[in-house]
Amino acid sequence: MFVRLVYESFRRQRRRKLLAGIAIALGVSVATAMIAVANDIGDKVSRELRAYGANILVTPQDDTLDLEVGGVNLKPPSDGAYLSEADLPKIKGMFWRNNIVAFAPQLPVNATVTGQEVTVVGTYFAKRFSYGKQEYVSGAIKTFPWWKVDGTWPADNSEDVLVGERLAQRMQIRSGSQIPLAGKLHRVAGILSTAGAEDDQIVAPLPVAQRLSGRTGSVRRVYVSAITKPEDDFAKRDPKTLSGAVYDRWYCSPYAQSIAYQLQEVITHSHAEPIRQVSQNEGVVLNRITGLMLLVSLAALLASALAVASGMATTVLERRAEIGLMKALGARRSAVARLFLAESVLLAVLSGSVGFAAGSILARHIGLAIFGSQISAQPVLLPFVLLIAIGVTFAGSALAIRRAVSLDPAYVLRGEG
Amino acid sequence: MKPSGQRRRSASMFLRLLLRAALRQRQRTAAALAAMTVAAAAATAILLLFTDVQAKLQRQFRNYGANVIVAAKSGQLPPDALERIRRVLVGRGQAVPFAYVVARTSEDQAVVVAGTDLPAVRKQDTWWETTGWPVSAHDALIGAKAAGLVSASKPFELSFQQRKIVLNPAGILRTGSSEDSRIFIGMDEFQTWTGVPASTVEVAVSGPAAQINAVMHAIETAVPDAEVRPVRQLVEGETRILGTMRSTLLFAAIFIVITASLCVLATLTGWVLDRRRDFAVMKALGASNLTIHGFFAAEAAALGAGGGVIGFVGGTGIAAWISHSNFDTALSPRLLVFPPVLLGSIAIALLAAAVPMSLLGRIEPANILRGE
Repeated sequence: MFVRLVYESFRRQRRRKLLAGIAIALGVSVATAMIAVANDIGDKVSRELRAYGANILVTPQDDTLDLEVGGVNLKPPSDGAYLSEADLPKIKGMFWRNNIVAFAPQLPVNATVTGQEVTVVGTYFAKRFSYGKQEYVSGAIKTFPWWKVDGTWPADNSEDVLVGERLAQRMQIRSGSQIPLAGKLHRVAGILSTAGAEDDQIVAPLPVAQRLSGRTGSVRRVYVSAITKPEDDFAKRDPKTLSGAVYDRWYCSPYAQSIAYQLQEVITHSHAEPIRQVSQNEGVVLNRITGLMLLVSLAALLASALAVASGMATTVLERRAEIGLMKALGARRSAVARLFLAESVLLAVLSGSVGFAAGSILARHIGLAIFGSQISAQPVLLPFVLLIAIGVTFAGSALAIRRAVSLDPAYVLRGEG
Repeated sequence: MKPSGQRRRSASMFLRLLLRAALRQRQRTAAALAAMTVAAAAATAILLLFTDVQAKLQRQFRNYGANVIVAAKSGQLPPDALERIRRVLVGRGQAVPFAYVVARTSEDQAVVVAGTDLPAVRKQDTWWETTGWPVSAHDALIGAKAAGLVSASKPFELSFQQRKIVLNPAGILRTGSSEDSRIFIGMDEFQTWTGVPASTVEVAVSGPAAQINAVMHAIETAVPDAEVRPVRQLVEGETRILGTMRSTLLFAAIFIVITASLCVLATLTGWVLDRRRDFAVMKALGASNLTIHGFFAAEAAALGAGGGVIGFVGGTGIAAWISHSNFDTALSPRLLVFPPVLLGSIAIALLAAAVPMSLLGRIEPANILRGE
């Protein structure tokens, strides 16, 4: 009897149920999308923040001082220590490998081009290499996203070079022309503009710089761009003073410090340190943006809850006459309330599922539109979202039902409720 | 023409009808008002945050330090360059000069020594981690890598072109970048010691990209023999993140306003259905469709206006709370946001009322009053 009542109610009042269902589905889809976005926002924003470039710098352990003023290195070329290029693929073998967005080695060399002293920096542009079974692409293009090239990026195994904007202007070099480096002609693939020191330099594939300096297999420093967790007091602890479990917790948190520490482990004789300007501020900005987004999502959640609740209240109020009739026929208040609550729970589950599906699609589109990458609503969210939907629907209808069942059927049926 | 007394009476009648309608249907009115309020509050909060958060985030971004570099085209900047730049900046940012020389330690090791405005650096480059800041003249800040060359506790001597200076180590500096290889001293001592003027001025300009560009042009005109270039890494990163934030906020705002408007629509539809009888009576007593529509539109508009006002207050409160709990600063309430929120609320209420209003037109008083 009970089941039939519920069934008949859905069958006969298709339009009304559809309206309420749409309200719930809409509310749930907004909620799902917002939860998915809020859940992912930290990761997304910290990827956005990688626009600021490398946040960890790896240098040789027994490195001597840099004598660099305004991007010009005053140190004799023979001076200083080097890192081994062969260690670099190991970066993708460390614990936080998935947090390494990109890295770019650098090997600066002083060279003479048509009588002028210039710095040639060797680096990876978009170098492919494999570690284990996986293939990776890394290099300056991803590490320094603000570098712009008029022309094309040189291939990493080519002899082509990039010439900095200002240097090119001074020496009247255009992309496509040839420049001599240590007795060999190199094609200029493009003109590089970074608004930094590179504008006065030549940037070449690493093997070219290694040959110029006579240091095969060496790099001077490695810039690493990693997704990190905002720094807190725990992050600043010295790993050498930490014991057992505390050390593990430190090691397994993606702080810039612990990622730097792991880089030191995989690259022999190296010293890795967070670039404080980038890493410290990143934490602050990340905290603020994530906080803001969470609060805004909360507001959206509240609004959708209100939409669902008021939609339910409206449907119940519209059915006062029905309630009056049931009561007049001898139904108890609790029986009426049970029927209505069962209906609203059923409605919540049905349209909640539809809403969840719509919300997942919505989240994906938001992700693509705003962050250029996908945001997926985890299936784990479904029961959670449904529970919220049922709870809100329940709360929304409970108040209205309580009021409706307490009305005197005689008045209601006469149309005076 | 109606006598003015009658018109006044009919106007007061109209008002009384409105008021009675609202009071009689307290629950419905409350629900509709609540929905309206949420929509208006969300719109207000987002509009306020939109303008305010941008300014606040921009202030956060200034913690990244200078976003514009003024460098000499050849060798040195004119001696009054810093003053000219600061005159351009007034209230729009800060400027810190830097001068560099390669000096020798007493063991004849080369090290880069920089002269700068130390208090200004401390304010601008907040990420500089030091064990102590110089307080008196001849105090030096020693980069972590340079610390191996000179004494970190006793006064040490540096020479530049046979001129010597004795400096007291005040603290060790750690930035993880090229500053770690340098020794920093106050500009005045640096000048008397070396006579080398500043070669770069690092400028932190606050504000949106347009203002940064304007300031860059102004500096270019003020110091014609210098090269002014943006720190593209910061300017581009900032623009990108602000853009992302804006679109996320916008998306959230659109969602909230749409759900809340649907809520208003549902409530108003229910309201009309509830009050079929009232309208039927009005119609039976000779009211035209126009009067009834006008009456209903007035009620909806009143709801919208009420929701708009309460929502504006509530939304300002929410925005202030978000601003306070997330950015630790007060929010400046903007009355400028009020008119669009109020008009928008009324428009949404009227729009939501359009659907039930079309139902009203179809009311047949005879049927309704007969109880069908």
